[in-house]
Amino acid sequence: MIDDIPGLRRILRGHKVIAVVGLSADWFRPSYFAAKYMQQHGYRIIPVNPRYSGQGDNTILGQRCYASLRDVPEPVDMVDVFRRSEDVLPIAQEAVAIGAKVLWQQLGVHNPQAVQVAEAAGLACVVDRCVKIEHARLFGGLGWVGVNTRVISAKRPL
Amino acid sequence: MADRRYGFETLSLHAGQIPDAATGARAVPLYQTTSFVFDSAEHAASLFNLQTFGNVYTRLSNPTTAVFEERMAALENGRAALATASGQAAEMTAILTLCQAGDHIVSSSTLYGGTHTLLAVNLAKLGIETTFVDPAEPENFARAVRPNSKLFYAETLGNPLINIIDIQAIADIAHAHHVPLMIDNTVPSPYLCRPFEWGADIVVHSATKYIGGHGTSMGGAIIESGRFPWGDDAVREKFAGMHEPSRGYHGVRFFETFGDFAYTMRARMEILRTFGATLAPFNAWMLIQGMETLPLRMDRHCANALAVAKALQDDPRVAWVNYPGLPGDRYHALAQRYLPRGASGLLNFGIRPGASGNARAAGEKFIEAASFMSHLANIGDAKTLIIHPASTTHRQMSDAEQLQAGVTPDMIRMSVGLETLDDILWDIDQALAAAQQL
Repeated sequence: MIDDIPGLRRILRGHKVIAVVGLSADWFRPSYFAAKYMQQHGYRIIPVNPRYSGQGDNTILGQRCYASLRDVPEPVDMVDVFRRSEDVLPIAQEAVAIGAKVLWQQLGVHNPQAVQVAEAAGLACVVDRCVKIEHARLFGGLGWVGVNTRVISAKRPL
Repeated sequence: MADRRYGFETLSLHAGQIPDAATGARAVPLYQTTSFVFDSAEHAASLFNLQTFGNVYTRLSNPTTAVFEERMAALENGRAALATASGQAAEMTAILTLCQAGDHIVSSSTLYGGTHTLLAVNLAKLGIETTFVDPAEPENFARAVRPNSKLFYAETLGNPLINIIDIQAIADIAHAHHVPLMIDNTVPSPYLCRPFEWGADIVVHSATKYIGGHGTSMGGAIIESGRFPWGDDAVREKFAGMHEPSRGYHGVRFFETFGDFAYTMRARMEILRTFGATLAPFNAWMLIQGMETLPLRMDRHCANALAVAKALQDDPRVAWVNYPGLPGDRYHALAQRYLPRGASGLLNFGIRPGASGNARAAGEKFIEAASFMSHLANIGDAKTLIIHPASTTHRQMSDAEQLQAGVTPDMIRMSVGLETLDDILWDIDQALAAAQQL
């Protein structure tokens, strides 16, 4: 599992296509907050949620929503999971199957079995962290609301 | 590999600031501006919805103030911090984030006079009732709890009694009743005591004191530990406002959205934003200059105060001395536990009158006779400060309330500064001599 600042920076710098599993279309839900933030910071967001796939205009945040990871017709760098911990294992298996490079379990989500499966297949794993909060912590923004980022450096941010 | 956990001195210098992205400036730039431009209508909307982080208006946040905030959070080893215009503003903002009309607070009775007035008078007018209890017996907090209690409140080192509370015991009782413990940690500063390590949930500061250290700038801070279990069922019922769509901030659900810094975000967006007791960026910048030397200053404050306390203890013109760093002090055992690096710079003593027999007059004479010790209503300055609490900081209280807060007529409070120790001892000696000649 990746838990240190250089490791998290590497993941966020190198993986720009994020499939967000469990992304909500409600603007006030954390998954929507996080995905919208990442989209605004240059990441391609691919919504994955059977609840919205095939409904209405079939999009969230302007992007086509898919029922499952296996339906996504393009390469995915990172699978970001907004689901209960007990539901993550099949998502990890799908992430492996589609050739994703990172399995990221959101704040409050941690399925150790899913980590095992993903790591065995060579995926980098992050657990119990918010992708938006980590991005803002490591690349700037979170400190503006007084959060203790624990980033100490004498280098200009790049 | 695990990230390095830096020491207190390193955090005092670095936390919250990396060299400026635009210019490479090493020192913290002062962003003396009220407002910040939006990149687009969409960017503005995202900022207002809190979907992206950024600055809108200095009443809510400012990049200079943010350095002060993050550094306070780092020094207290907390999750997040919010700056305010003063220590009083920090208390008000921190309490109003959790309490509304009909709610109840259990507070230590040994408080700074301004805090006592805030709780007993101002918040009571808003329908928030406080029961004051003697903190020497932590069970007193449990006895005062009611179903509508939302908060326990105390000062690490009570001002002006110079008493130390058993933070861990009071935190355990607070948590058994599903309420957070808020601690005013102004007098020790985070260098001497970090209340989160003993179970406190929210810390407030008057940064005007040791944090700044120069006596030039008012300021306050609220820090949250990030560990209070807002999501637990029994807690959730008590603090619905952490979970329901916010009426004060267009429908945001603070805990769901911000997790372990939800309280700080709520304090910022619901209370600071509307009540407006914001720290000025210039004052934040001044306080940051002070913070860099906080550890060095606190060591010297502690050493000087202990030496002064020992000298006073041996002086026949002095009736009593309160300094928890003194072996034999009533709070020495608690000081060894909670303040192992030193008991800060505050002490009290009772002046023994000469032939006149008038202790109150002797106290007033002592203050008038001081040479460089400054007579003023502050603590935690680099300079030595003296005051007579009964006639100044605590004069709004009744005589009975004064005694409950530990203020006696003969009491002199000293905030021992960083002058040459021999000079401080000399000034005390000559002022005591003058007071005897009444």
